[in-house]
Amino acid sequence: MSELCAHDLAVDLGRRHALSRVDLTIPSGRLTVIVGPNGAGKTTLMRSLAGLLPPTSGQVTLDGHPVARMNAGDRARAIAYLPQGGNVAWPLPVAQVVALGRLPHGEKPDSLSQKGEEAVAEAIRAVGLKGFEARPATELSGGERARVLLARALATQAPVLLADEPVAALDPRHQLIVLDVLKDQVRSGRTVAVIMHDLTLAARFADEIILLDKGVVAASGTPAAVLTEKRIAAHFGIQAHVAHDGGYLIVVADRPLLEEQGE
Amino acid sequence: MRSPRPLLISSLILLIGALSLASLVVGPAPIGPWQALTALVSDQGSATIVVRDIRLPRTLLAILIGWIFGLTGAGLQGLLRNPLADTAVFGAPQAAAFGAVIVLYSGLVGALSWVLPVTAILGALISVALVVAVAGRRATVVVLVLSGLAVGSLAGAGTSLAISLSPNPFAVTEIVFWLLGSFEDRSIVHVGLASPFILLASLLVLSASTGLRALALGEETARSLGINLMRLRFLLVAGAAIGTGASVAVAGSIGFVGLVAPHLVRPFAGYDPARTLVPSGLAGAALLLAADCAVRLIPSQTEIKVGVLTAILGVPFFLWVIARRKAELAEMPV
Repeated sequence: MSELCAHDLAVDLGRRHALSRVDLTIPSGRLTVIVGPNGAGKTTLMRSLAGLLPPTSGQVTLDGHPVARMNAGDRARAIAYLPQGGNVAWPLPVAQVVALGRLPHGEKPDSLSQKGEEAVAEAIRAVGLKGFEARPATELSGGERARVLLARALATQAPVLLADEPVAALDPRHQLIVLDVLKDQVRSGRTVAVIMHDLTLAARFADEIILLDKGVVAASGTPAAVLTEKRIAAHFGIQAHVAHDGGYLIVVADRPLLEEQGE
Repeated sequence: MRSPRPLLISSLILLIGALSLASLVVGPAPIGPWQALTALVSDQGSATIVVRDIRLPRTLLAILIGWIFGLTGAGLQGLLRNPLADTAVFGAPQAAAFGAVIVLYSGLVGALSWVLPVTAILGALISVALVVAVAGRRATVVVLVLSGLAVGSLAGAGTSLAISLSPNPFAVTEIVFWLLGSFEDRSIVHVGLASPFILLASLLVLSASTGLRALALGEETARSLGINLMRLRFLLVAGAAIGTGASVAVAGSIGFVGLVAPHLVRPFAGYDPARTLVPSGLAGAALLLAADCAVRLIPSQTEIKVGVLTAILGVPFFLWVIARRKAELAEMPV
């Protein structure tokens, strides 16, 4: 059970204030989805939470310990990070790509421990790619490759998993498969946060939603509390209809608002 | 996940052994394989002089330089996640040659001084660092190749300037012949001059192997897996520059071995950048030994320079890799 927190976090990218005064908690046992318009600072937040981007001020803590002070190995074993639009440079077999997730444990793909072998097999099974182990990752479809990269992050068996738009390039079926995998990780006690753009899908799977806009947390809470028509208009600049149907929250984007209307 | 890598490594070592023997045998003086081996360990008169003083140094240099070119080629291809990366593409041999030519031209030290490899290394280091800095971390292949072309051209222009301003025609001939890249007339002193640097460069590149594995998934993922990217880049850039500089200082400019060698071993060793390092080094050694034997066998009035042969064979290979993979290369960020 791990808890990842940002305390008064600010990150400047060059002269731009990408994040300011961000206070948030990503608890274990609940799926946290970060939403927000383009340029809101979602990826910057994710990279800061993962300890890959040093904060300008404030700090990120994991169970009370500052992530910035953790050594790279400890951090890599504690926080698995799946960047946006990841790719594989060489036609490596799927099993070998997934096995790279064991590097933080000092295990190389060609000399995995028994535990490492099990973690890799379990990660491949979890994303539904059993039978794909020997296939070159570069020859897979976009959906299959995204699942291979997710499996790589799972194979680390880190208590925290941060995924930046893991379902962005996927068809609806594969989106559901990947989100089910993430939900399973949450059920097994992991701390999971993902960035998503599809608000209906976010509402369907999220236990907590964090709405980020212009580098600050605009709202956070349950999907129903955060995703209101007024808030969507204010932060996404669209007129949207929010419907509640059979326990699902559905966001239908209607039309873009002119800037003054959105504000 | 397993590959026939141990078999590949043993085969390459056997091949290097056979080619080394050929390298001790091939030449104007007719010496048989058995006589060559005996001449290495016992006094066989003129045969011993030919084998120990002429053919052994060039054999050792071909192995050492081929090894470090193959190793650094594989390392740079892994670092830049690009099958076209090589020190030659970065203009490093030209820059190393420029560094060395300045020293030769100035006449401050002789061709057997330690200053020569050090300035060649500095030249190579500046060129590789410049290309990596200009091309940037996410540059496309086009940007990388253009940057390398520019840096190589600049170094080439500097060398040409030094040659054209040289007051001594004999020095010009010496510099030009030396630039072409050859193991001809090299002595055991040259081997002693290059080997410490090549050993250091090998250690630097080999110690980067875990990082190269993670880098196959991109820089962000590699960092999240606990890899220190600054250290990784330093190890490979320094290793490539030191290896190239030391090699160019003793043998002149020899290109494309580092580009070709990794491609030759990947079908057997797999694409894991860490697992291609040693086989690529061995394949580089075998390639350069074979090329050096070939230049001695090609009938011509004077011996063809090995650097010329590797370029004649290497450039079409470079073009073939581009033609075969142009669709993916067009999109590939480095």
